Amino acid sequence: MTASHAASDASGADLALSSVTKRFGSFTAVDDLDLLVGRGQFFALLGPSGCGKTTTLRMVAGLEEPTAGRIDLAGKDITRLKPYKRPVNTVFQNYALFPHLNIFENVAFGLRRRGVKDVKGQVQDMLDLVELSSYGGRRPGQLSGGQQQRVALARALINRPQVLLLDEPLGALDLKLRRQMQIELKRIQTEVGITFIHVTHDQEEAMTMADTIAVMNEGVIEQMGGPTELYDNPATTFVSNFLGQSNLVAGEVLGQSGHELVVAVEGSKLGVPMDRARSTSGAVWVGVRPEKVFLAASGTETEDNDNVLRGAVVTDVSFIGVSTQYLVRMPWSQELTVFEQNTGARESFRPGDAVDLHWMAAHTFVLDAAQDAHAGDETYDADLAPAGAGT
Amino acid sequence: MTALQRTGRWIGDHVVLFMAAVVLLYMFLPIFFVVLMSFNDPVSRLAYEFDAFTLDNWLNPCSAAGMCDSVVKSLQIGFLATFGATVLGTLVAFALVRHRFRGRSATSLLIFLPMATPEVVMGSSLLALFTTAGLAGSLGFWSILIAHIMFCLSFVVVTVKARLAGLDSRYEQAAMDLYANEWQTFWRVTFPLVFPGILAAALLSFSLSFDDFIVTNFNHGNTITFPMFVWGSAQRGIPPQVNVIGTMMFLLALLLVIGSGAVNRRRAR
Ligand SMILES: Nc1ncnc2c1ncn2[C@@H]1O[C@H](COP(=O)(O)OP(=O)(O)O)[C@@H](O)[C@H]1O
Ligand SMILES: [Mg+2]
Repeated sequence: MTASHAASDASGADLALSSVTKRFGSFTAVDDLDLLVGRGQFFALLGPSGCGKTTTLRMVAGLEEPTAGRIDLAGKDITRLKPYKRPVNTVFQNYALFPHLNIFENVAFGLRRRGVKDVKGQVQDMLDLVELSSYGGRRPGQLSGGQQQRVALARALINRPQVLLLDEPLGALDLKLRRQMQIELKRIQTEVGITFIHVTHDQEEAMTMADTIAVMNEGVIEQMGGPTELYDNPATTFVSNFLGQSNLVAGEVLGQSGHELVVAVEGSKLGVPMDRARSTSGAVWVGVRPEKVFLAASGTETEDNDNVLRGAVVTDVSFIGVSTQYLVRMPWSQELTVFEQNTGARESFRPGDAVDLHWMAAHTFVLDAAQDAHAGDETYDADLAPAGAGT
Repeated sequence: MTALQRTGRWIGDHVVLFMAAVVLLYMFLPIFFVVLMSFNDPVSRLAYEFDAFTLDNWLNPCSAAGMCDSVVKSLQIGFLATFGATVLGTLVAFALVRHRFRGRSATSLLIFLPMATPEVVMGSSLLALFTTAGLAGSLGFWSILIAHIMFCLSFVVVTVKARLAGLDSRYEQAAMDLYANEWQTFWRVTFPLVFPGILAAALLSFSLSFDDFIVTNFNHGNTITFPMFVWGSAQRGIPPQVNVIGTMMFLLALLLVIGSGAVNRRRAR
């Protein structure tokens, strides 16, 4: 028994991937991946397109064989088991409903292959659950995208798998339907209590739905944890940029004072709680989320526990209803982002105004400076960036 | 505006429809003539024009000596050739699409060759082959069948291959994911999805075999298929019953087309 396997038993994990690697020729799609998914969890695998999410799911489903490593389900090694021998079902990326069978037969497919009795009642119950009771006689091609999505879900769920794999199940739907289906999926998961592994590249979707998120990048897991933990305490620059936005400024660790790490940033001293510092010496990235920062007119006094960066100039103001987004240029010519709620308590700043940035030390995090400050930032284009920005 | 001008204007406005009608007429005139001649009561055996109306040909199609025997031969050969070519061709198509092996692309290319070879060349070279094999004396039903399966094969492979190549492998993966083993996946998902291609290939094979004249002419020995019968009797005057068979074949084809259209519409609904 491997160490991680033992760990999976201890944590009650249902599914355990241990050092799983998948290579296509010389290209490594999934690289030495370890993953623990607890029983009954809504687990999201989040990452940009091409990072190996589908490949990971396919290995769990048995549609792809790992180059190395092992996969255990409920303590049983399933690494080399045929797909039809695994208590795992998949909702495919583009549904893959059988075009030659009607909706009823699509949903009944798994039960019939296993020789289950009372197919009719179970299929009807499942169609009721996804609110498609009267569509049994139709063909997949006659249904809308959202309805096909629900059939795909019903077809997989009816088999009561130990793990349900969903590969970007909402990717083909428009925004409104997607939000609706997110709620619907979450409701169904709570109702049936089956472990869901939900693959998505939409960070908002992952955060609203999942109990646990694993952020994946280039075949490796960058960080795993609850949505709040990942957002508030990112472990890598990739996570800090891919989940929401972050301001990252270069700093140098000066030392420790009580429970705080003290970092010098362009002449200012900033405090960071020790448990939010991923690197405690030398060059680091000091990070803070844009909505945590408070803009004040230049020269305003600070509160005791605040971090301050002075001498910024507002360069851009965009009003987006609930909030205003500011771009400010720091004296070292880096641009930072600040979100401010439109509470109406005060006038907003204008481009050209001189301002200081204040935020609570507890909201600061520190990352290893060896990482690329723009990793995971999908809006960043290195060719278009002004010289010196972000460094 | 004169009536002539108005007609001219109407034709100008509907020139595409008009052209289509002309082309259709061009295509259907010979068929119409076959139907018409099936009701002909010719004065002499050599007459090729319509003389008098009769139902006799339809009531007694087999009264033309030897014709019905030849039709039965053609049907037997047609069904057997279709069966043989469809089964073998489908297997070849699966091998070419689903398996990686040495010489796969060369095989794909070679499959096209019989289709590109002129039939006269194929027919004569087959005869040479049969003769070399010492079978010159026993040419007949089996040599025709072998020849027909041979030239239908390419068409089956190409048709089924196209369908199979367009089949998304995720359907089969979904089936496997839903507890279907390899055997069940094939019969429940792969085969039904490829079936329209196989059916089209079979229909094509049958029609190729049924009306083949050139290849059969080289290799038929003493066996008379329907096209051979028509050719033989053309020297002495074609019996009007031939047109009855022609009309029947046309109606059968028409029914098949209408039938498959209806099935497709029902599936889509
Ligand atoms: N069968 C395959 N052969 C070769 N490369 C593949 C294959 N499947 C996936 N890949 C590659 O592996 C990488 C990860 O793919 P995938 O798991 O589909 O990513 P994701 O689902 O996260 O978008 C991609 O770069 C893709 O091109
Ligand atoms: Mg994918």
